[in-house]
Amino acid sequence: MSGRPASAARPPGLRAATLARLAWRESRTARRRLALYMSSIALGVAALVAIDSFAGNVTRSIREQSRALLGGDLQMSSRAVFPPLVDSLLDSLAVAGTRHARITSFASMALANSTGNTRLVQVRAVSEGYPFYGTIGTIPAGTWSEAHGDRPVVYVDPSLLVSLDAQVGDSMRLGQQMFTIIGALDNVPGDAGITAVIGPRVFVSAKWLAAMGLLQFGSRAEYDVVMRLPDGANGTRAGTVLARALRRRVDPRNADRGAEEDTRDRAAGALGGGERLDDSIAVDSVTGLAAPIPTRVRVRTVADTERDFTEAVARLADFLSVIGLIALLLGGIGVASGIHAFVVSKIDTVAVLRCLGASSKQVLALYVLQAFVMGLAGAAAGTALGVAIQFALPGLVAEFLPLDVSPMLEWRAIALGLAIGVWVALVFALRPLLALRRVSPLQALRRATDENALPSQWKDPARIAVDVLLVASVIGIAIARTGAVLDGLAVSAGITVAVLVLWAASTVLVRAARGSVRASWPFAVRQGIANLYRPANQTRAVTLALGFGAFLLSTVYLVQSNLLTRFQIADSAAAGNLLFFDVQDDQVRALDSLVSAVGPIVERTPIVTMRLAGINGDNVQRLLRDTVVDRAGWTLRREYRSSYRDSLSPSEKLVQGEWTADAEAREARRGPDGPYEVSIESGLADDLKVALGDTLIWDVQGVRVRSVVTSVREVNWARFETNFFAVFAPEALRAAPQQFVLIANIADQTTLAEVQRDVVRRFPNVSSLDLSVIRNTIGSIVDRVTVAIRFLGVFCLAIGVPVLFSAVAATRRARLREGVLLRTLGASRAMVQRVLFTEYAALGVLGAFTGMVLAFGGAWALMRWVFEGTFVPAWGAAAAIIAAMVTLTVGIGLLTSRDVHRETPMAVLRDA
Amino acid sequence: MLVARGLSKDYSSGDRPLTVLHSVSFEIPRGSYVSIVGPSGSGKTTLLGLLAGLDTPTRGTIELDGTDIGTLDEDQRAALRGEKVGFVFQSFQLIPTLTALENVQVPLELRGDASPAEAAARAQTLLERVGLHGRGHHFPTQLSGGEQQRVALARAFVNAPAILFADEPTGNLDGATGGRIVDLIEELNRERGTTVVLVTHDAVLAARTQRTIRLADGHVVEDVAHTPVTV
Repeated sequence: MSGRPASAARPPGLRAATLARLAWRESRTARRRLALYMSSIALGVAALVAIDSFAGNVTRSIREQSRALLGGDLQMSSRAVFPPLVDSLLDSLAVAGTRHARITSFASMALANSTGNTRLVQVRAVSEGYPFYGTIGTIPAGTWSEAHGDRPVVYVDPSLLVSLDAQVGDSMRLGQQMFTIIGALDNVPGDAGITAVIGPRVFVSAKWLAAMGLLQFGSRAEYDVVMRLPDGANGTRAGTVLARALRRRVDPRNADRGAEEDTRDRAAGALGGGERLDDSIAVDSVTGLAAPIPTRVRVRTVADTERDFTEAVARLADFLSVIGLIALLLGGIGVASGIHAFVVSKIDTVAVLRCLGASSKQVLALYVLQAFVMGLAGAAAGTALGVAIQFALPGLVAEFLPLDVSPMLEWRAIALGLAIGVWVALVFALRPLLALRRVSPLQALRRATDENALPSQWKDPARIAVDVLLVASVIGIAIARTGAVLDGLAVSAGITVAVLVLWAASTVLVRAARGSVRASWPFAVRQGIANLYRPANQTRAVTLALGFGAFLLSTVYLVQSNLLTRFQIADSAAAGNLLFFDVQDDQVRALDSLVSAVGPIVERTPIVTMRLAGINGDNVQRLLRDTVVDRAGWTLRREYRSSYRDSLSPSEKLVQGEWTADAEAREARRGPDGPYEVSIESGLADDLKVALGDTLIWDVQGVRVRSVVTSVREVNWARFETNFFAVFAPEALRAAPQQFVLIANIADQTTLAEVQRDVVRRFPNVSSLDLSVIRNTIGSIVDRVTVAIRFLGVFCLAIGVPVLFSAVAATRRARLREGVLLRTLGASRAMVQRVLFTEYAALGVLGAFTGMVLAFGGAWALMRWVFEGTFVPAWGAAAAIIAAMVTLTVGIGLLTSRDVHRETPMAVLRDA
Repeated sequence: MLVARGLSKDYSSGDRPLTVLHSVSFEIPRGSYVSIVGPSGSGKTTLLGLLAGLDTPTRGTIELDGTDIGTLDEDQRAALRGEKVGFVFQSFQLIPTLTALENVQVPLELRGDASPAEAAARAQTLLERVGLHGRGHHFPTQLSGGEQQRVALARAFVNAPAILFADEPTGNLDGATGGRIVDLIEELNRERGTTVVLVTHDAVLAARTQRTIRLADGHVVEDVAHTPVTV
C-alpha cells in the first residue's frame, strides 16, 4: 500500500501557450456556433459604444463651440424690455472694452411681395457685432456683411422661401417695412435646425425695428444681449467673474442659484424634448402689455452653456444607455443558454480529456479561453457596429442639434464597450462552463444522459461565487451606466422582477402542461405539450429569452404609441384651420367681418394678460421668499395669458371641483363682493400648491381681481386649441383690456391664402397661422420620432433573435434525438414537424404573452412617472407583436431542428 | 502492478441501492496481458472504470503501480492517468475537432513535459508505428473505424503508459480489422512491456490473453491463467 502521491510526480502541466493552442484547435468546428452565441452581446455593446461615443463627440463639440453657441462670452436675456439699469451697465462695460450686441426675437407675419403669400415667422432683429463668435452662413455665401447696410435686407430660412414661393432677391414685408431677401440662412450658431420647422427664422438688422412698427403693439418678444470681453481677458474666468457681478446687480434674487436652472429647459428643448408645444406655436405668445413687476434678467456665461448642454447630453445618454444595458444583459442570457448548449456538446470530449489526464482546472481553462476569445470577438463586432452607428448619427440628428458634431473615434467609449462586453460574456458564460469541471471521465466508457453527465451542485462554492459575481456585475454596471446608485439599483430591481416573473410564468406553464395532457389528444399535440415538462425541457430558457425580448420590444412600442397619441392632431370637422392672434380689442369687429365673408369663424377666444399678485392674503413677494411651501418660482413670476368662458373646451377634463356654466347660478353664489370663480390647470395647481377653495389675487394690468379656485382641469396641451392655465368666469374679465384669438374654417386653400394676405395688409400686427402647415410640421416631427423609435424596436428585436437561437440551441441535441427516434419508430416527417410546432408555439405564446404583460406594466410605469401622462393600452400592436414573436419562435425552433430530417435515423442512433 | 482488494460498487437505482460489483479481488503483475470477460451487465465496464481510476469504489482499495487510488482526489487521479494509464475505447473516443496527429499529441500536451515540436515528432512516430503514415492531418470523421482505433492506440501509447485499459476495442469493428487492432495491442505489449487489461465478451479475443478473469452478476466466477492462443 505504499505509493508516492501522484501529485509529487506531477509533470510541469499544461503550459499557457499549449493551452491556447489546444483551445484554438479544439474550437475548430464550434467557432461559428460560439460566435453566434457571443453575437448576442454584440448589439448591446454596439448600443453602448454608439451612445457613449456620440455623447463624447457632442460634449467635445460643445466645448469647442461653446462661445459660438452663446454668440459671445456672456449673455443677458429677458422676456421684457431690459430695465434702464441694464443699459447703463452695458454702457459702462463698453467704456472698459466689453462690446455687446442685442437680439430681439418675436413672431410676426411675413408677406412675399411677388406672390402675396404669407407665413408666420420668427424674427431676430440683431445689432451690429452679432455673433461675436462663429459665423452666420448664408446662401449665397458672404452676404452677412451687408446686414447692417443702408438697404433694408433680410436673411430667411430656406423653408420660408419654399412656403412663400419666393426667391433670393425678392421683396418681403415685415410689419410696415419692405425688405429685400438677400440670402438664405445656411448655418446659425447656437440654433438647432429643427427650430426653423416650427417657425422659419428671419434675421434682420435691429436698426429696422422701429420701421417695422411691430413691437409697439406689445407683441411678446425676447430680449437678449451678448457680450464680448476685451481681447486678452481670460475668457472663461473673466466671464464668470463678470457674470457674478452682473447677476448681483440685475438678478439679485437668483444670484446664488445661477443660470443652471434657467437654461436646463432650453438645453433640453434644443435637444428635442422639454418645451411644451403650445409655447412653440403662437397661441401662447399672444401679447402681454408692459409688465408691472420687473421681469427677471438672466445672465449666462459660456461655462453655463457648456455645463448645461453637457449635462443635458449626459442625461440623455444615461437614459438611452439603459436600453443598451438591458440589451447587453439580455445578450448575457443568450450567451448563458448558448454556452449551455455548447457545454452539453462537449461532454464526450471533456470525458476523454479527463481520461487522458486533464485536470478539472485544465478543462475549465480550455473552454473559458475559448469563451473569452469568442466574447472578445462578439464585443469587437459590437464595438465596430457601434462606431459605425456613431458615425451615421450626426447626419440623422443634425437638425436637432444646435451645433456641428464631427464624429471622431472615442477611444474611451470603445475600450469601455469592449471591456463591458467581454466581461458580461465571460461572467454569463462562466456559469454553464463550471459544469464541465464535474464531467466524469467515466462518461467516456459509459455515456449517461446529458443531464446526468452534468451534475449540478447547489452548494458548489465556485458556482455560488459566479452567481454572486453575476449579480454584482449587473448591479455594478447598472449603477455605472445610470450614473446614480439609486437609479442603478432601480434598473437592477426592474430586471430582477422581469426575470422572476418570467421564471414564475415558465414554472406555471411546466406545471400546467404536466397536468393538462390528455390521452384523447392527437399524438403530435400530446408529445409537443409533454416536451414542455419532460427532462431536459427548454421551457425556462426560451421563456426567459423570448419574454425578455417581447418585454423590451413591446415596452418601446407601447410607449411610442402612447407618446404619439398625445401629439395627435384632432382633425375634427368643427375645428378651424386658420388662426388669427394678436387681434386687438378694436380690431375684432373689422377682422370678423373680413373673415366671415369667406368662411365661418368657429372660435373667438379673449385673452387677458395678468400676473399673480397673491394667494390667500399673502403677496407674491412674500410667497417667493417662503421656504416652507416649495412653490415653483415660474408659477409666481410668469405673465399669465388667461381667458374666460362658460364651458370647458374639448381638450379639457375636469378632475376636481365643479364647473358652473350658468351665469346666474355663479352670480348668486358669489354675492355682491365675493371672489370670481376660476379653474386652474392641474399641473399649475401642483406647482403653485393651491387647492379648491384657495383665493388667488390677480394683477390684471393694474386692477386687482380676486378669484377662488372652484375647479381643477387636466389639459391636453398638444391639441391645437387655445388652452390656458387659468380660465375665469366671464363676468370676472369681460371688462378687462383684452386681445382675441380667432379661429376660422376656410375650405379652400386659395381663399385661405388670400384672406391671410388681406389681413396682413390691413392689420400688420395681427399674426395668422394656417393650421395645416402646423399639422404638417408636427406630422413630420412625429414621423421622425416614429422612425427613431421603430429603429429602437427593430434593435430590440434584433437582439432577441440570436438570444432565442441560443436558447433553442441549448436543447437542440435532445430534440434531435427525440425526433430521430420518433422517425425510427415510424413517425412521418410531418408528424415530427407537428410535435415540434406544438412545442414551439406553446413556448412562443407563453414567452410573448408574459413579456407583453411585463411590457404593459413597464410602459404604464414609464408613462406615469417618466413622461407624466396617462397610459392607453395599444391592443392591436400588442396582438401583432405576440403573433410576430410566436412566428419567430416557431421559425427558429423548426430551423434549428431541421437536422431531424436531414440525418438518417441510423447516424444519430450510432452516434448515441 | 495492479492490486484490487475487496472492490464493491453500489449504485442507487430509484430508491434502493443496486450492487453491481461484489468484493472483487485480484492482482495483475507488471507486463501481463489479462482479459476481463462476462455477459452484458456482469459488471465488466464498472470494474474497468474502477481499476483505471475513472470512478471510486464503494468499498475496497485499488493500488496502481504502487499508488493507492483511493487516497487521491479526482485531479490527482487524472494526473496519475496522464502519467501511467492508456485507454482504448469501443467507440474510439477521438476528439472530433482535432486531427489524428493532434489527438495523439493531447496527452503529451496535457503533461506539458514535451515541447510542441517534440510532442508532434513523437505522435508522428507512433502514428507511423500503427500504420497511419500520411494520415496525421485527417479528422476522425475522415477516417475509417479501424483507422480511428489505430489513432486511439497511438494516443494510448504516446505517454508510454505502464498499463493499458482496452474496453471492447474491437466491438465496433469487423472481424479482420478488429484482429489487426488486437495484433497491434499485443505487439506494443511485447515491445514496451506495457501491462494490458482487455475487457471483452468475445471469447476468441479473451483466448489470446495470458489470463482471463470472468465476471457474472458482479462476482468473479473464474480467474485462470492460460497459454495465449494466437490466431
